[in-house]
Parts: sequence; structure tokens; C-alpha cells
Amino acid sequence: MTLLYQNMQYIRNNIAKNREDGRTSEQFRDITIETGIIGRAEGSARVKIGDTEIIAGVKMEIGTPFPDSPGEGIIMVNSEFSALASPDFENGPPREDSIELSRVVDRGIRESKTVDVEKLCIEKGSKVWMVFVDITIVNHDGNLIDAAGIGAITALLTAQIPTINEDGTLNREEFVGSLPIKEIPVPITSGLINNTIITDMTKDETECSDAIFTVTTIENENYCAMQKAGPSEMTEKQMLDIANIAQKESKKIRSAIKATVKKHKI
Amino acid sequence: MTSIKIIPKKEDTTIKNTNEKKENKTENKDIEQSNKIVLPGDILVESIDFLTGYGTYRDGKTIYSKILGILRKKEHVISIIPLSGPYSPKPNDFIIGEVAYVGYSNWKVNFGHPNDATLPMSGVPEFIENGADLSKYYKRGDLLFAPIDSVTKNMIIQITMKDKRARKLFGGKIISISSSKVPRVIGKDGTMIAQIKNKTGCVINVSQNGRIWIKGDNEPLATKTIKMVEKLSHKKGLTEIISKYLDEELKQMGIKTQKSEDTEKQ
Amino acid sequence: MASNIPEKYKTLIKNNKRIDGRTLDELRPVKIKVGVIPSADGSAYIEIGNTKVLAAVHGPKEMFPRHMINEDRAVLNVRYAMLPFSTSERVRPGPSRRSNEISKVTRHALESVIFLEEYPGMGIDLTLDIIQADAGTRATAITAASVALAHAGIPMKGLVAATAIGKINDRLAVDLNGPEDNFGQTDMPIAMISTNKNITLLQMDGDFSKEEFKTALSMAKKAIEPLFEAQRAALQKYYK
Repeated sequence: MTLLYQNMQYIRNNIAKNREDGRTSEQFRDITIETGIIGRAEGSARVKIGDTEIIAGVKMEIGTPFPDSPGEGIIMVNSEFSALASPDFENGPPREDSIELSRVVDRGIRESKTVDVEKLCIEKGSKVWMVFVDITIVNHDGNLIDAAGIGAITALLTAQIPTINEDGTLNREEFVGSLPIKEIPVPITSGLINNTIITDMTKDETECSDAIFTVTTIENENYCAMQKAGPSEMTEKQMLDIANIAQKESKKIRSAIKATVKKHKI
Repeated sequence: MTSIKIIPKKEDTTIKNTNEKKENKTENKDIEQSNKIVLPGDILVESIDFLTGYGTYRDGKTIYSKILGILRKKEHVISIIPLSGPYSPKPNDFIIGEVAYVGYSNWKVNFGHPNDATLPMSGVPEFIENGADLSKYYKRGDLLFAPIDSVTKNMIIQITMKDKRARKLFGGKIISISSSKVPRVIGKDGTMIAQIKNKTGCVINVSQNGRIWIKGDNEPLATKTIKMVEKLSHKKGLTEIISKYLDEELKQMGIKTQKSEDTEKQ
Repeated sequence: MASNIPEKYKTLIKNNKRIDGRTLDELRPVKIKVGVIPSADGSAYIEIGNTKVLAAVHGPKEMFPRHMINEDRAVLNVRYAMLPFSTSERVRPGPSRRSNEISKVTRHALESVIFLEEYPGMGIDLTLDIIQADAGTRATAITAASVALAHAGIPMKGLVAATAIGKINDRLAVDLNGPEDNFGQTDMPIAMISTNKNITLLQMDGDFSKEEFKTALSMAKKAIEPLFEAQRAALQKYYK
């Protein structure tokens, strides 16, 4: 459902004073992270940010490496805007938004060297592990990128590598260990509504926003991926402010991810 | 002798009759008072003495429910009060809609229904000359509160602004609730909505299609309260609960504002 | 069906008990939850054994694509999809021949009970996402779909539930699980209407005698009853 013009005006005019759900401008909604929800997947996670809900699943297959990196495994992040979540997501080939979501999360994971891809090589030049992270949006109430990013890394952290049978097939009931993960990238998305910076925007707020800026941060507080979206321009100060917020918020979320994964492994 | 025999017989029958009547009454009461939820396909009554009302269908002697809801029996009509579902437009219902398109001789008004309503030039109190610019009267994005004039079988819906209560809404904000919960928000003889208006001091317009227009300083509280009514709609004594809730919230807000005044003084 | 059956799945029935301990006419454990997707008009989550499905209904709403509009009644759009991580081999995202066919038979399984004529020119979108697959995904999806439709307030003649009857080790069994489906002889998904027990979906592949087919039908009728009860209980619980 698209936002009424009247409500858009209302949100934009009031955003500096109060958000519709009473949060402060930098405040996240409640986040819950669950692991081990899909038995068929090598790793999985469900993430809820307020009413937004996503499921991430990791599947592993043996494939051939890219010619330019014969000794490295392959990581692929793919997101499906299922029509489950919103009638706006029409069925059929992925649309711009869905592809952007996949790519922003994908870059966050790839650029941070999250997974030690060299350790995913089985036989140089011919056989490597292909790790697929698939994300499904169950309910859409804004900030899909952060939810997907948190889900993707949590699913990867809990993923188990299947054993390879003598005939080359996979035994997905016995595992040789966890994936070689070195980093926990966390994306934090803020937007600009009527010149106010708003973090963790709801769906309605996103519809009112002029610009959106996603900043992915790693453990040492450096940034590993960024994406500016939305039609409007942003000032240098606004960008730096949003990057600061990302540093602060990602810390909290990273420790929540670590705690969840620790619990899962016990 | 025979007469004596006849008298008790008569008494018997009269006693039986009253018994039967009593039974019938209690049965009716049971049905009217019970908040039992019926589902599509539930058998409601197996008799040709009853008529099918809203949300029911007949197959032979049997009347079935076709929607999820609460059973109501009024005299000889069996109907279902829906607990969910789309709004079905009926003449004389007031709706709140947004002008989506300004045409040559009419306006199209979106009111959350798949088919936009039409406001014809003749449905406006002013006399408009042919060829006049209709956006002088109502333009795209304007909010209208208006009754439905007619609905055809093919769902062509016409509204009118000629009604005394019909008007354009300025400012404020729209919230949406399930149209099946509208009667609860209005309350018996309008008591529920009256107390929300009085206590919050907001101007509130409730439309049959589930859209509610709120304007006033206490809009966040009015919104929260209405969402609460929607959520607790099945509860008994809801007017009381809401009255207490509003008093409590207002008291807290009063304290807060007092405190901030105090700190300002210091 | 499969020619090389692993040793441990050669005997699927032992002392009248199946590999997961069920009797031949016993369903797997059923769990249904209503209203799991707030942004949908109606939704349901269902687990039947290890098969897990999410169902969402959006509408009645504006019909897309517009050339599919029917001026006399609503159009039911069904989209069945296995999520990439739902099976042991990753499923490629996007429609396949299999998912297209299942979407179609699922639409037919539900269309006949919906009073589509009450919403002329509109569309009702039904999305069925298989989160985890362990046989019987279409039957499970249909059972969930009917709950989601009821939750969305869509008028229907009755509820629709579905299960599968199969043949394993030459005997008929209800609601096949993964190994039984893979290494058994016959699989017959079947859907029925709660009111008159008429059949809205039936597919079969494998081998049945005339007698077995007849028995399978009556077994299905009995086996589906607890599914109707589970649907009813879930919907009533939601409104309590």
C-alpha cells in the first residue's frame, strides 16, 4: 500500500519533533535474531527488526572457481523479494530494489573479506566450495538491508561444511566444521527525511525519505561498504554523521550476533 | 370423566408449548450472546425457516457460513459479523478518500478499495460550467470525507459531496484499521469515539472503510488509543478499559510536562 | 520409483510401523499458526512433520496484469515457490516448470470454494513459500492457503485441506515423509472440501490397482479430518 499524500506530509512535518512510533531519531526498533531454523540449510537465521522479518539460509555446493581466482571459493548473496511480504513485490524476475539489496549485502560480506575464500578451495583450478546465502523477506516494514545483512552473517557464522563422500557427492548429515569466517560486517542504514537524519526507517518513513545511506562497519570500526540511495543530495556533514551512527549502532548489533551464535554452538 | 381427561391434556400441551418456547428463547439467546467464532463451511442452521443474511449461503435446507466471524441471529435472518476482510462499499457509508485523478468531468477518489470511487461534476454543491478546471475545486492529494451515493453490481462506486456532512479534510493524519473493527471504535451510540475525542481534544472522523482522520496536539495518543481498541475489540467492557487507559496516559503526560516546566524554572 | 534404494530405506514398514514410528494411517505432527505476516491481509504458517510452509494472501486488490482482468469475478493468482535453502540441493530462485504446474493445480484446488464472483474485476494474490521441504509440500501448502484465505476474510464454501496417500512396501500409507516419497512406489496428493468432502485436487504417480485407488480415497477422507480440526483450532485460537 502506498502512503497517502496527507500522511507523507504529516510524517515529514513532524519528523524533527517525533517519530510515529515514539523512537528517537537514531534509535533502532527491537531486534531479535534466531538461528538454526531450517534443518535443510547448512546454516540459517531469522532476523526481526520491529515488524520487518527476514530468513537467511546458507547452502553449499561444489563448483568450479572463476578463472581469475582459481584458488578461491565463491560466495554469493541473493535476495528474493517474495510476494509474501508485500503486494508491491510483483512476481517475476528480480526488480531493481531486490538486486540492490542483494548487492549491498553481498559487497558488505565480500569486501570485508568476511569469509576466508582461500580455505574454501578443494582442488586449485577445478573444485571449490560455492557458498550461497539466500535471503527471503517475510514481512516488510522498512530497513531490509540491515535485517538482511544481519541475517546473512549470522547464517554464515552458524553454517557447517558438509563432508565429501568418496564418489564426490555430499553428505549433508555429517560435517567437517564451520566456515572460515574472519569478520562480522554489520550494515546500518539511515535516511534523510526533511533534513533530519533518521536511523532504522519503517516502510512509511522510507517512502517519505529524500536520501538513504547504508554504511557497513567491521570489528575494528572501519567501514567496508557504503551505498547512497534515494534521489536527493546529501551534505558532507550528513554523511559523516550517518557514518558515526553506523559505527556506534553496529557495535551493539555485532555483540548481539556473537551472543546468539555462541548460544547456538553450545 | 372425559372432560377431566381433556383438561390435563390441554394443560400438558400448554405446558409443553411454553417449555418449547422457553427452549427456543434460550437457544436464540445462546446464539445471540455467544461470541463463538464460526469458519467458512460451518453449518449454522438446518431449517428452511431462516433466511440467509450477510456472510452466509444456503445449500438445500442447510445454511452455512462463508466467512470467518461471529454468528448473529435476528428474528429469522442468520448473518455473520466478519472479524476480518475487505471493506465492501455500501450506499450511505461515509468513506475517506484521496483524490487520485482529476478528469474533465469527474474526479477519481482512492479510498483503499481496488476500484476508485467516482465523484461526478454533478455531485458537487457548486455549479460548475462545462470545461472548467476541476482542480480548482478538488486537486490531486486532497482528502475527502463523503458518503457513497451508489454502488453497481460491477463495483462502480459513486460518491457525493452534496451531503451536509461531506467535506474536505485539511491537515491532520489518517490511520487505517480493519473496516470490521469500525463499529467498535465508534462504540454503542458513539460512546467510544466520543470519549477519545473529549479526552484527547482531537478532532476525529471515522469512516466506514476503516480510515480515521485525526487532527490535534494529542494525535499520537489518539492513534495509540484507537489501535488499542482495534486490538482489544473482542473484549467486554472495553469503553471502561479505554477510559482508564486514557486517564492514566494523560496523567503521565501531565506529570511529564510539569517536570519539564520545573527544570526550565531551575 | 528410484532404482538404487539405500539399504536403510529398503524396508519402510516394520511390524506395521513406519520408519518414523507412525502407523500406516497416521499423519505427521501438525502445527498451524495464523497471522504470522502483519503486512499481509491473511497469513498462516504450517508445519507438517519436517515440511514447513508460509502462506500469505493479499487482496482482493487491483488486478495485475491488467489484461488478465475478469469483469465478472476475481482472479486468484497463486505463486508456489520452494525457497533456495528448503531442500538439500539448493533450488535455483525463480519459477520452474514444476513450480508453475503446482501453482496451477493449487489454484484449481482452491478456486472452486471461493465466492470469486463477489469481487468482479479484482485479484486475490496467494503466495506459498516452502521454507523446508520433506514431501507433501503442495498438500501442506494447500492446507495453509485455506487458513490464510479464511484469515483474510475471503468468502468460501468451506475450508480445503490436503494430504497424500502413498504406497510403500506394497501397502497404502497416509502422508508420506521424505524417504517414503523418494523410495516408495506411489504418491497421490489429494485435497478435499470440509463441507461435502468433494475432491478439488488429485494427482497420482506410481502404481495403484483399482481396489487400491478406492481404498486410498477412503483413507484420504479419514486422514484429512484431523487437518480440518487443526485448521479450525488455529483460526479460533487466533481470535481468542
